[in-house]
Amino acid sequence: MWRFVIGRLLQAIPVIFVVITATFFLVRAAPGGPFDAEKAVIPEVKAALERQYRLDLPLHEQYFAYLGDLMQGDLGPSFKYPGRSINELIESGLPVTAELGAYALLIALVVGGLSGILAALRPNTLQDYIPMSLAMVGICMPTFLLGPLLVLLFGIELDWLPVSGWGDIPGDKLMPSITLGAAYAAYVARLSRAGMLEVLSQDYIRTARAKGLPEWQVVIKHGLRGGMLPVVAFLGPAFAGLLAGSFVVETIFQIPGLGRFYVQAAFNRDYTMILGTTVFLSTLIVLFNLLSDIVAAWLNPRLRAQLSE
Amino acid sequence: MSLLSVSNLRVDFNTRNGHTIAVNDISFSVEKGQITAIIGESGSGKSVACYSLLGLLPQPPASIESGQALFEGHDLLQMSEAELRAIRGRDIAMIFQDPMTCLNPFMTIGDQLIEPLIYHKKLSKNDALARAKELLVEVGIRDPDTTINNYPHEFSGGMRQRVMIAMALINEPKLLIADEPTTALDVTIQAQILKLIAELQTKRDIGVIFISHDLAVVADIADQIIVMEKGHLVERGNREQIFHKAQHPYTQKLLAAIPNSTKATSSHEPEPLIQVEHLKTYFETPSQLVKAVDDVSFQINKGEILGLVGESGSGKSTIGRSILRLLPVTAGKVSFAGTDITALKPSDLKAMRRRMQMIFQDPYASLNPRMSVYDTLAEPLLLHGLESRKTVEQAVLKLMDDVGLARAFIRKYPHEFSGGQRQRIAIGRALATKPDFIVADEPVSALDVTIQAQILDLMLALGQQYGLTMLFVSHDLAVVRHIADRIIVLYHGKIVEQGSSEALFNTPQDSYTQTLLQSIPGQSLRAS
Repeated sequence: MWRFVIGRLLQAIPVIFVVITATFFLVRAAPGGPFDAEKAVIPEVKAALERQYRLDLPLHEQYFAYLGDLMQGDLGPSFKYPGRSINELIESGLPVTAELGAYALLIALVVGGLSGILAALRPNTLQDYIPMSLAMVGICMPTFLLGPLLVLLFGIELDWLPVSGWGDIPGDKLMPSITLGAAYAAYVARLSRAGMLEVLSQDYIRTARAKGLPEWQVVIKHGLRGGMLPVVAFLGPAFAGLLAGSFVVETIFQIPGLGRFYVQAAFNRDYTMILGTTVFLSTLIVLFNLLSDIVAAWLNPRLRAQLSE
Repeated sequence: MSLLSVSNLRVDFNTRNGHTIAVNDISFSVEKGQITAIIGESGSGKSVACYSLLGLLPQPPASIESGQALFEGHDLLQMSEAELRAIRGRDIAMIFQDPMTCLNPFMTIGDQLIEPLIYHKKLSKNDALARAKELLVEVGIRDPDTTINNYPHEFSGGMRQRVMIAMALINEPKLLIADEPTTALDVTIQAQILKLIAELQTKRDIGVIFISHDLAVVADIADQIIVMEKGHLVERGNREQIFHKAQHPYTQKLLAAIPNSTKATSSHEPEPLIQVEHLKTYFETPSQLVKAVDDVSFQINKGEILGLVGESGSGKSTIGRSILRLLPVTAGKVSFAGTDITALKPSDLKAMRRRMQMIFQDPYASLNPRMSVYDTLAEPLLLHGLESRKTVEQAVLKLMDDVGLARAFIRKYPHEFSGGQRQRIAIGRALATKPDFIVADEPVSALDVTIQAQILDLMLALGQQYGLTMLFVSHDLAVVRHIADRIIVLYHGKIVEQGSSEALFNTPQDSYTQTLLQSIPGQSLRAS
């Protein structure tokens, strides 16, 4: 098992390296720079700034210097927030984004998982059709449409929930989390329905029934583990999607998370900020994919045996 | 009073494809301390009848139309789900056909074994585990302290079936229903499991319902035999009555299907078509080297059917695939009509492939479900340029005639056929390129005995008609004896004995061959 984990981590190194390199040169290839403001800056000031941020060096030297800093865990200074390092900015934005992502994931797993299982218990009845139709809507509805619709309905028409912010007014975390989680709940519902349907038709479920176990024990003890495997496999990619989705949601609801920094950094040509967040997020995505593989192996003894070989 | 007495049971199925009567007004009883066998082909309603008693049939599509099933005086069919649940796994337990799929792959066998004890008897987990270990020893599993924490995939098929039996018996049921418990197993393992069930039945003095498609299997153990055909009970009687005085033509057909004859020896010019010299095929996994085929040499003469017999893991299928170069060979030489195939370049292999074909075991899995009969049979003809687009349909129809498929089926897809019909399609596909040599890998193991007999006869007839040379791989000596001229017995990748079918059956030399012979079900039939 450890060999598998270490092997996967080693595999991740070239992936992240390629991400860094590609991002570094792509960002530089985009027209404009961090100090090309609308009002002209005095050439001497611009030169001094560029020297300070090593922009006067040839591109390849900048690249190696950046890699060198990165090895020591230093993501560099921000170009647009003078005096603040990227590490500090990520530290300040991450808890908010992580909290939002965690709530959204929780909603996706609980709401999606439960409705998928319920649907699988009585396939082709209303108990199946209703949640599955809702799931279809959830998949089709983009976040940037769902968010404003929820705001219109619950924030303005009904006036039940605050329309923006994070942690300022009680209840303001609810709408962003639902907006972000809805589409994933829909995917999870479909995956868990398919997984459970497959497992519940297996011979060993009949064996469990023949033992006289009550139906809920058959479903939970014998069905759930196998039925949830597709959902677990989906968690890695879902995590990447949640991060990308959180940028939209943070913008809609004015939430001071990583996503908003990221989007602004792209507009501002804040090179280190773009690079830093990209490296950080791609590392997280790699780790979460690994985590979901490990959970899948933990759930499936046959896979576990293969990995420990 | 009988332990179980079923009267006038009728079970219907309502599906989109129409209304069928799966079990039509049957009555039978099961006595304490006796084994009652229910025999019939797939679709005869034998399993449906038993599942309906325990509420294990999904309703809908099934519906129990009428009947009564008195178990110790209470009607099972009138019970609520909760009442039935209290009986399932406590008073009536079941063993199913395929031990590979009937145990939960996500739970240790210990956890699965103790469930009935904890649920029905409210035992503590430790007491239940102790009881489970006793049961494991009783069904012949050594070292229960370790094995109880293993997962099903760590056991062989026979071992899993022992676990299933332990699980069924753990609550000391009064009635055990065994649904084809040995059909998925090798003959040697089958013999062991049959013996185990009979022993445990006698020791505990319980009633057993033994469901099977194969009369030979129950010949040594059943006290009472019920024969079902298309939902009807057509004959019942004790062993003597069924095996020696069968009245109903269907029972007689089942009896005739038991492979029990040696093929008449035919003389073949001893001209070798296939020569296998020192063949070795090894598989490497990170932890070990598996010597699946370990230094095997033999030859197959032109026009001959050579039987290759052994149990799962003996390397018999690997030999077949190695000869066709479907697997990389580790060492050794395979010659086909004088050409060394192991040295052939991939480009020359295609021409060779036309002359060597394969028929696989599972006709449900080996046919592409998205290809019609026409597509399946026309593909090899067109691929090898044997027919043009214009003439291919006639050639396909001719093939269908040869393998006994009605011409009207040409546009149908595999799921519309029965297992026997699918195997006919697979045989047609193998014959399409007019090969000289066919490897048949357990072609009848997945089929009911009656269908098995039909397919074997078809293969014999086609073998003659096409002048085929065949390597017939099987775990079942009785089947091989029916079709093969010569037999090779394989054990752990090595040949332990070879000879003419006649000699091998009458004077087996090797002890393993003797075990195989003794494992053929229905010994008492042959003795009498």
